[in-house]
Amino acid sequence: MDKNTIISLKDIVVEFDGESVLRHINLDIHNHEFVTLLGPSGCGKTTTLRIIGGFVAPKSGDVFFDGKKINDLPPYKREVNTVFQKYALFPNLNVYENIAFGLRLKKVPDEEIRERVFEMLDLVNMRGFERKDVNLLSGGQQQRVAIARALINKPQVLLLDEPLGALDLKLRKEMQIELKKIQRETKITFIYVTHDQEEALTMSDTVVVMRAGQIQQIGTPIDIYNEPINAFVADFIGESNIIDGVMKKDYLVNFAGRDFDCVDFGFEENENVDVVIRPEDIKISAPEKGQITGKVESIIFKGVHYEIVVIDGNGFNWKIHSTLYEEPGREVGLSVIPDDIHIMHKMTEEEK
Amino acid sequence: MIKSRYPAFPYIIFMAIFIVVPLIMVAYFAFTTSSGEFTMQNIIRVGDYVPVIIKSLFLAFIATLICLALGYPFAYIMARKTSNIRRTMFMLIMLPMWMNFLLRTYSWMTILENNGLLNRFLGIFGIGPFEMINTQGAVVLGMVYDYLPFMIVPLYTIMMKMDHSLIQAAQDLGANPLQVFLHVTLPQSLPGISTGITMVFIPSVSTFIISKMLGGGSELMIGDLIEMQFSSNSYNPNLGSAISFILMIIILICMSVMNQFDSDKVEKEGRMVV
Repeated sequence: MDKNTIISLKDIVVEFDGESVLRHINLDIHNHEFVTLLGPSGCGKTTTLRIIGGFVAPKSGDVFFDGKKINDLPPYKREVNTVFQKYALFPNLNVYENIAFGLRLKKVPDEEIRERVFEMLDLVNMRGFERKDVNLLSGGQQQRVAIARALINKPQVLLLDEPLGALDLKLRKEMQIELKKIQRETKITFIYVTHDQEEALTMSDTVVVMRAGQIQQIGTPIDIYNEPINAFVADFIGESNIIDGVMKKDYLVNFAGRDFDCVDFGFEENENVDVVIRPEDIKISAPEKGQITGKVESIIFKGVHYEIVVIDGNGFNWKIHSTLYEEPGREVGLSVIPDDIHIMHKMTEEEK
Repeated sequence: MIKSRYPAFPYIIFMAIFIVVPLIMVAYFAFTTSSGEFTMQNIIRVGDYVPVIIKSLFLAFIATLICLALGYPFAYIMARKTSNIRRTMFMLIMLPMWMNFLLRTYSWMTILENNGLLNRFLGIFGIGPFEMINTQGAVVLGMVYDYLPFMIVPLYTIMMKMDHSLIQAAQDLGANPLQVFLHVTLPQSLPGISTGITMVFIPSVSTFIISKMLGGGSELMIGDLIEMQFSSNSYNPNLGSAISFILMIIILICMSVMNQFDSDKVEKEGRMVV
């Protein structure tokens, strides 16, 4: 464990009613990092967050905070604060008192509380709302109060449990940018839980992709997107074409009825693999110029690009993103450069 | 939603006949003589019974306080149990209510009597006998026993509805268990406390069966006083109405004081009380 590590999970196992929710989670989180736990619902990402917050006790495994084991430390003694999914603002207190809550408990002098509450109100752009009733605020405003309330304690780590889930798309995008800004300004470690891959890619320094209580891949957004470790990650992070292939030898893979040059190596000879190709990496050309030929099945306008489905000779549906219109029913050629062909080991039955 | 106002008519008529008219009659009797002339004499005569009224209020207050002290932790614990245990506990609370009220109070008589069950049991160990029946303590005990469920049920209901994420939020912000209780659980359960107090205090202050059976007539309460004006030799419905009228006003004042706590506005404007 390097000294930059603030939180460390060691072999965490959690079971609810005999059902395993987390299976041997190992995770190191560094100081000042924006880490996102990403995965479909039920993958254990929220449970992981609650382990760190102290609201769930692991069946086995250890939680370290700043090098100290904190397994048995109750939530109120942990130096982390949480922004809850449904904000959980105190309905009987106004905006000012909600934000001041943590400091009041610590018996901080009124003058200092005042100063720090206004500092927080400025940080979350809520100056002027201090006397408002929290029940009368909009979702976005309640969220800002919840963030201010958690940050005023100057925690080393802020836990955010799908904080933008209840907001509409436009507000969500604004808040993403704002959260990232707040994180950069305060230099607090953010651990952010979401099932929205775009949100994860936009904000994070590190993305942790989870599935069925296990960590699939840890990496920067660019790593995760460009070099997904398996077909699940590839499929979950953005759209992908996933097709069965056979690794003939190093740098040569066979799929869609022909051999392709690729950049991957180290597989067994004739190993069955998943071949993953992003829709935007496939180029459409005249049939004779393409590596694969097929017929345009459908085309949908998506704003920035068209989403085109092409069926090849083997009946595989290729998803392609292109800025150019293609007439449905037309024969076209498809080609892809070796760099954009991603080869992955097949997931074993147990992993599925 | 039914927009029409007609479905409300039967209830309005019912309330008019059985609630509003009797109230007017009570007021009428309170301010008239037996021959129907206006007088303040009845109201003034209530002044003779001020000690009884004060004692009634005091005993009802004590009983309500004990009910709250017993009922609050009970409801709190019950709301945190699994649904099976909750159902069983709720059932046990309600079970005595299925028995007749008089019967329940009678059973306490046989327990508390000078040669009743309790004294005989203590006698085995050479303790007592104690003078338990016909005391104020016995009356309060009866009130607590009879009205405790009325305290527990509204408290339990409000605690079941309580937002658990608020408790976690408070813990997360550094509140220890006591602080969580003071700043989250207690403020949220105030409406239940206020309902429970109302439901226990009102029947306690106006009871006459309990005080008669367990107080043995020596511990006269307002309820007994009113009952006497209507049923015994000293038949005087005008005085009875006047006492009832005063009692109603006292309860009204008590309730409006209580309602101050009920409102959501508590603390909202001011600072949190630490």
